[in-house]
Amino acid sequence: MPSITRDEVAHLAQLARLDLADDALDHHAAQLQVIVNSVATVAEVAAEDVPPMNHPVPLVNVFRDDVVGPSLSVAASLGSAPAVEDERFRVPRILDEE
Amino acid sequence: MTGHSADLTRRSAAELAALVASGDVSAVEIVGAHLDRITEVDGDVHAFLHVDTDGALASARAVDVARASGQDLGVLAGVPLALKDVMTMAGVPTTCGSRILEGWRPAYDSTVTRRLKDAGVVVLGKTNMDEFAMGSSTEHSAYGPTHNPWDLERIPGGSGGGSAAAVAAHEAPMAIGTDTGGSIRQPAAVTGTVGVKPTYGGVSRYGLVALASSLDQAGPCARSVLDAALLHSVIAGHDPLDSTSIDAPVPDVVAAAGRQDISGMRIGVVRELTGEGYQAGVQQRFDEAVTTLVGLGADVVDVSCPHFPYALAAYYLILPSEASSNLAKFDGMRFGLRVGDDGNASVEQVMSMTRATGFGDEVVRRIMLGTYALSAGYYDAFYGQAQKVRTLIARDFEAAFGVCDVLVSPTAPTTAFRLGEKLDDPLAMYLNDIATIPANLAGTPAMSIPIGLAPEDGLPVGLQIMAPAMADDRLYNVGAALEAALLAQWGAPLLDGAPALGGAAA
Repeated sequence: MPSITRDEVAHLAQLARLDLADDALDHHAAQLQVIVNSVATVAEVAAEDVPPMNHPVPLVNVFRDDVVGPSLSVAASLGSAPAVEDERFRVPRILDEE
Repeated sequence: MTGHSADLTRRSAAELAALVASGDVSAVEIVGAHLDRITEVDGDVHAFLHVDTDGALASARAVDVARASGQDLGVLAGVPLALKDVMTMAGVPTTCGSRILEGWRPAYDSTVTRRLKDAGVVVLGKTNMDEFAMGSSTEHSAYGPTHNPWDLERIPGGSGGGSAAAVAAHEAPMAIGTDTGGSIRQPAAVTGTVGVKPTYGGVSRYGLVALASSLDQAGPCARSVLDAALLHSVIAGHDPLDSTSIDAPVPDVVAAAGRQDISGMRIGVVRELTGEGYQAGVQQRFDEAVTTLVGLGADVVDVSCPHFPYALAAYYLILPSEASSNLAKFDGMRFGLRVGDDGNASVEQVMSMTRATGFGDEVVRRIMLGTYALSAGYYDAFYGQAQKVRTLIARDFEAAFGVCDVLVSPTAPTTAFRLGEKLDDPLAMYLNDIATIPANLAGTPAMSIPIGLAPEDGLPVGLQIMAPAMADDRLYNVGAALEAALLAQWGAPLLDGAPALGGAAA
């Protein structure tokens, strides 16, 4: 059974873009361990030759005719944005300082 | 009775539609009666996150005008409905029970909303739910829990506890729910109402905020099998906007709900979904209902689905994996909450602060679990193995449907538990969905109908009916037959025995 360290939880939080406080990391490390121990029972099933199922219906590409249809206006698209500038989404800086 | 208003909230959707169609009662009057009922009882129940009073009355007036001008009305025109807050509706808030979407007013209708509007159904408002549909009690809503109308100290089930409670409390005759692991059926069971998860792909997911895309399915909540069938027929059908939507005729669920005959039908009792772990009164009412089915002429047999005991584990790997990916879009850039944008913080820091602030505990837990299950080194052992178990569960269903027309089980292992009882024990909470999850993994349809009250606590018990993909009509056939037989035994609908709410007895 893999054990989940606090450092590992901190790494997961960073991957998932979750800025968690120290006590939250401790809390989640303990709970994740309990849940992972429980779901690890899937390993008990002998399924070597079984194909994986990722979806209940066969997935196919769906196409439509290449014609212009209605779409959201700029105002509607930006209507719920947390910050707007010059008819665009305004976002924080995307590069680190150095 | 307190008068005409109270009377209207006790009517079925089918009856209300007939009253509107005949002109005996206006849609405005019907909608007004339900808005009054919400004002009266929703302070206690908290089924709604948003009530769209003006929009609902305007829609009702439009139905009345259409009728007056002689236009053809839909089968549910003028009938009020409660919409789960995971389904978009243009101009009306959609929060998914989360702070991260607080105040978001989508610019578009989901396909389900569009179909409801086209049919003249009147949306009263948006119902409470566990945050992003993660939970079995609505206690994970950022806006506070919904209370079970049978006992306000108890959970109404989840994630669609708001939709089920609204229907059970006579705030709406019908509601829309979504079911990823039981979120329509388990709330139906613990509130004494009817809930149906259609075949995966039967109802469009366009505009349904995704939890786990390969499992999510919207469906009807109602107080009777016929009402659920009418709503099912309105929302189901092929949609080019959803690539997983099934391009085939919708099974005739309304006709099936009118068919009471189940003689000769082969009904399988799933061995793995009874006995140990099921509350005594739940098991007792289930056994009695099976005896009733035998009395109706069904051929009841014992069936084994050997991989069902692994469904819960497979589900809690597949669901978090899909959810952690689906919820990546909540990054505070284009809509919803943004935290810490002080002009210095980077986009990564702002995203991380926004998500940690905007997501509740259970959402964080499942995102972390999904991130873990998909990470290098664990992928094969966890996500990959869970997908193989999923295949074996689908094969169990195939084998069972080779010898049975439908399968039955208790819907949930217990009746409604007390608010707070399982909140800090995720595994205990997850066990509520043990009987409902297999149908989501296989994509097959299933229904919960009320079968009585558990003797030990006087709370509702549900029976689950499961059918093969695209045989949704069988659910309604069996459900309607059992419902009619039980109604004859009881002499009155189960919900008539629920305590009065809001001080004013109806």
